[in-house]
Amino acid sequence: MTVTTPPLDAAATAAAPAGRTYKLWRLNGFPLIPVLILLFIALVAIFADFLAPYDPQIGSLARRFRPPAWETGGSMAHLLGTDHVGRDVLSRLIFGARVSMIVGLTAVLVAGGIGTLLGIVSGYLGGWVDQVVMRVTDTWLALPALTFAIFLAAIVGPSEFNIIAILGGIYWTRYARVVRSEVLSLKQREFVRLAVVAGCSKSLIMRRHILPNVINSAVVLATLMLGVVIVTEASLSFLGVGVPPPKPAWGLMMADGKKGLMVGYWWLTVFPGICIMLMVLSANLLGDWLRVKLDPQLRQL
Amino acid sequence: MKQFIARRIGYSLLSLFLLSVTIFLFVRVTGDPMTLLVEPGARPEDIENMRHQFGLDQPLWVQYWLFVSSFFTGDLGQSFYYRTPVLELYFQRLPNSLLLAAVAMALSLVIGIPSGILAAVRVGGFWDGFGKTFALLGLSLPQFWVGLVLILFFSVYLGWLPSSGSGGIAHLLMPAFTLGWYFAAAHMRLTRSSMLEVLGSEYIKLARLKGLPEALVIGKHALKNALIPVITLAGINLVVMINVAVVVETVFAWPGIGRLLYEGVTFRDFPVVQCVVVIGGSMIILVNLLVDLLYAIIDPRIRLES
Repeated sequence: MTVTTPPLDAAATAAAPAGRTYKLWRLNGFPLIPVLILLFIALVAIFADFLAPYDPQIGSLARRFRPPAWETGGSMAHLLGTDHVGRDVLSRLIFGARVSMIVGLTAVLVAGGIGTLLGIVSGYLGGWVDQVVMRVTDTWLALPALTFAIFLAAIVGPSEFNIIAILGGIYWTRYARVVRSEVLSLKQREFVRLAVVAGCSKSLIMRRHILPNVINSAVVLATLMLGVVIVTEASLSFLGVGVPPPKPAWGLMMADGKKGLMVGYWWLTVFPGICIMLMVLSANLLGDWLRVKLDPQLRQL
Repeated sequence: MKQFIARRIGYSLLSLFLLSVTIFLFVRVTGDPMTLLVEPGARPEDIENMRHQFGLDQPLWVQYWLFVSSFFTGDLGQSFYYRTPVLELYFQRLPNSLLLAAVAMALSLVIGIPSGILAAVRVGGFWDGFGKTFALLGLSLPQFWVGLVLILFFSVYLGWLPSSGSGGIAHLLMPAFTLGWYFAAAHMRLTRSSMLEVLGSEYIKLARLKGLPEALVIGKHALKNALIPVITLAGINLVVMINVAVVVETVFAWPGIGRLLYEGVTFRDFPVVQCVVVIGGSMIILVNLLVDLLYAIIDPRIRLES
């Protein structure tokens, strides 16, 4: 639904094919800060057990609604304050990074796996297979993603596993579309025709000759989808059909924090929001850069 | 032409069919639908009665037939929570959603189109960079966060705007802006790219060669053609807005369809959830059909191509 235009300098940078792999790693326009932010969040997620000062799921009611350390009434014991049941906000943010990373990455992998497979099969085999896959894709693309996700979550009930399955089951359509259109043009290329002449089976051609050539696009799309998936996960958790409490998910923290907003407990909503924003913005900036660098065809996406 | 229309309508019917099958199967594959259709805590003999009443003891294809025909007769079941037909509830809430979507759309166009034009006219300039940042933020920031930050600033600190509920124009401003920002970003990007395309065409060069002032070239000659895709997208997005406002409506407690969906989920009121999803999906399939048909009528290239 959204249309992006290529930045003007894209044509200039893509003009020298010889130096392409070399140029890829040069720092001109490389989104260094977004990559560092994503790395940082990933490290925090991995080492959450060592970094978090408190248990993210256990609080003490005696210490509820403590403000961050620099506000009056705050203390260094809880740097970013505590929530409505006295849990340490910083510890929950740290473990929340793990939830976001696991859900985001696996959902993108699941969606990418389904979509790439269907895109290759439908593009290469053509005929009725193509018709069926594309009609289903069109229908699923027509559905409002968030509404459909809520519907599914309402049926299967909230859990981390279900959320991954739902997000994967909803967002595969974009991969299928993009990969299919690439396969359609790859099919006409010499090396595929030669493989057919050499007697390769259809499944071998799809695996050995087509798949490696569409991986680039799939990776670019995956980076761009990471942001979308994380926002959707956070929205579902916010609405109470995502990651179930008391797990520390950023969206869930904001839903809890919303109740205290009107009385001025701002830190409960602002901090998780900043985390989501930083992660999504970083993923989008990295994705935009990769799109221009790796895959000129996706610039129109 | 007739063939194109017939095929396009056929595709839409197929999509509606797939939509109904998807919803039908998901409810049944993932467990006993009775747990969703019967209120929690119902007696076993009541459940058996209901099972018979809904035809759930019948073969699958009979069940599907009952499911689809219930939509055509407008009988989408009764809400457990409100104890009224869900369709009635839906139409009670629809005007609020329409109002919110209309204001959000107006905001998104007022922001999106001029900034898109400015960005296209001076590529790489200040407005281009500003617009890009604005669009990136609009597409990246979670709506519930934008909403909560607005509440924090305008309701809690400044006390200018009401934080929730419906009423006058003051209640509409924050939800409409939150919803509109995301779409403003999309409209801005499309206006920019479409404007750039038009500005590169022959007739614009001619208009410039004739010595027309730049403002007239852009404001009159280029804008007319550049806006066609934007208006189309806005038309589709208006319908999309009605159906995706669930987060915004929840944050601001706006009594629209999205809020109805949220209540349906929270109260485990499954008929309500199903109703909102079915109608929403159908609405979007139909508006896509409408746009495609209109395009085919206006532009012969499209219908000849396929």
